[in-house]
Amino acid sequence: MDVKVETIKKKFEIYDVEKIRNDFPILSQKVHGKNLCYLDNAATTQKPKIVINELNRYYETLNSNVHRGVHSLSEMATQAYEDSRINVRNFINASSEREIIFTRGTTEGINLVAQSFGRLNLKEGDEVIISAMEHHSNIVPWQIICEEKGAKLKIIPIDNNGEIIFEEYERLLSEKTKIVAIVYVSNSLGTINPVKKIIDKAHGLGVPVLIDGAQAIQHLKVDIQELDCDFFVFSGHKIYGPTGIGVLYGKRNLLEEMPPFMGGGDMISKVTFEKTTYNQLPYKFEAGTPNIADTIGLKKALEYVNQIGIDKIKDYEKGLLDYATESLSQIEGLKIIGQAKEKSSVISFVFDNVHPHDVGTFLDFEGIAVRTGHHCTQPVMDRFNIPATTRASFALYNTKEEVDILVNGLKKVLEVFS
Amino acid sequence: MDSELRELYQQVILDHNKSPRNFRVIENANHHSEGYNPLCGDRIDIYLDVKKGIVEDISFQGKGCAISKASASLMSSMVKGKPVKEAEKLFEKFHDLITGKLGNNPDIEELGKLAVFAGVRDFPARVKCASLAWHTMINALKEENDIVTTE
Repeated sequence: MDVKVETIKKKFEIYDVEKIRNDFPILSQKVHGKNLCYLDNAATTQKPKIVINELNRYYETLNSNVHRGVHSLSEMATQAYEDSRINVRNFINASSEREIIFTRGTTEGINLVAQSFGRLNLKEGDEVIISAMEHHSNIVPWQIICEEKGAKLKIIPIDNNGEIIFEEYERLLSEKTKIVAIVYVSNSLGTINPVKKIIDKAHGLGVPVLIDGAQAIQHLKVDIQELDCDFFVFSGHKIYGPTGIGVLYGKRNLLEEMPPFMGGGDMISKVTFEKTTYNQLPYKFEAGTPNIADTIGLKKALEYVNQIGIDKIKDYEKGLLDYATESLSQIEGLKIIGQAKEKSSVISFVFDNVHPHDVGTFLDFEGIAVRTGHHCTQPVMDRFNIPATTRASFALYNTKEEVDILVNGLKKVLEVFS
Repeated sequence: MDSELRELYQQVILDHNKSPRNFRVIENANHHSEGYNPLCGDRIDIYLDVKKGIVEDISFQGKGCAISKASASLMSSMVKGKPVKEAEKLFEKFHDLITGKLGNNPDIEELGKLAVFAGVRDFPARVKCASLAWHTMINALKEENDIVTTE
């Protein structure tokens, strides 16, 4: 092993990953008789015991509807639900909890903004800017509203390393631009986009910016007030929380102007058959009984991440990424797709003569879970002229031994297909 | 290699993946269709030259996993020279085989070389890989030139 790998190895000595792994019951699972080696964290992360326990505690001791009853359970459930909102606000450093709207996930958050902001602000000839590395969830909602309004979708191209071409972005921005919606961290390439620069540039023209933070929130410190983005969306399940709960942050003045996304209970203040007045923020955008249990579970997940420290996690994962990049690069015929200077712990790769689906099936028999396919980013696959990639994505509980297991697994695959 | 995995990736399949038969374009094909698997982004083009109800020539092009490529390759060698009706019947049998409807002891004789795909029944996620070429061929024979998807 060369010197570079040895230096990377040293980084691991200060982080007690074994202790962390013990917090995640699923990690001791066997798959095809092998220890589970879970490297599909960009799809969803595993849950620590405290999150699982919290869901049980809610259903066993608190379950009732929020914002309605005067009975004790309802009051306690409401308190716990609203505590989670305050917790999210603190986690991302938003200025007010009124700007925190609970959704089902990132996809719903983007659809809410596209429909509500779009309905209010887009008209024929207007433009929406996204990038060529967006997940389908930050493409399709904009296509739908653009088609409805006669607006145009403009795409910032990416280069061979998988980085956006900033000059092209500057060229696309104009008085026609009504919103920029861009991914913070690419789920298929791992690229960390220069979002601060992107936001500042758009604000120079008075254009608001939505940041898709689905792959950023679990890896990087997010400070909403410092970023100064207008919307920020993420999913709970990618940051060790339950599925079915997500967050939309929006600047208060924008959310105040925007029409409701869904109508129903909880989002109104007065209803008559002639006219309905809407509830104040954030409830205007939370129609119907919310996902109470998972919202409360999300609080535990964010507390768990805080307890370890997002900066420590970031450094540790950077070490994993460097070690994996170095180790995988030594495999003959393996090509890494996405070589941006700033990357999070996602590695997509292809082989000349072995298709990702075959790789995925073989790795499964080694207990290794990776994602194979287009990762809901078909335009990225087209850009690199490939049908699919194999993607390994790392989380705070992965180890360099697991990287070695992956490398050995890949070598076995290559033996069969050589 | 695990036995279940060996059953899926039989030597015949690996061979056809490495050197696929009839992997070319038929310039004067009178039937053609494009197949697409949205799950993995795989695409396949099937070309057929059918005269008097007989598949005189068949070929394919495209990108896919070992299972889908070997399936297209074996399909082409099985179907070439056969009446269209027989090709269609063969597809039904093949589909029953890979979805496990023929049980653990399929009638090997009728299926011929296609029996190597029996292992697919234990991998539900891979049924679409094995059937993409066939769906596309059936579509081409119907002269529906739209894109076929396995969804």
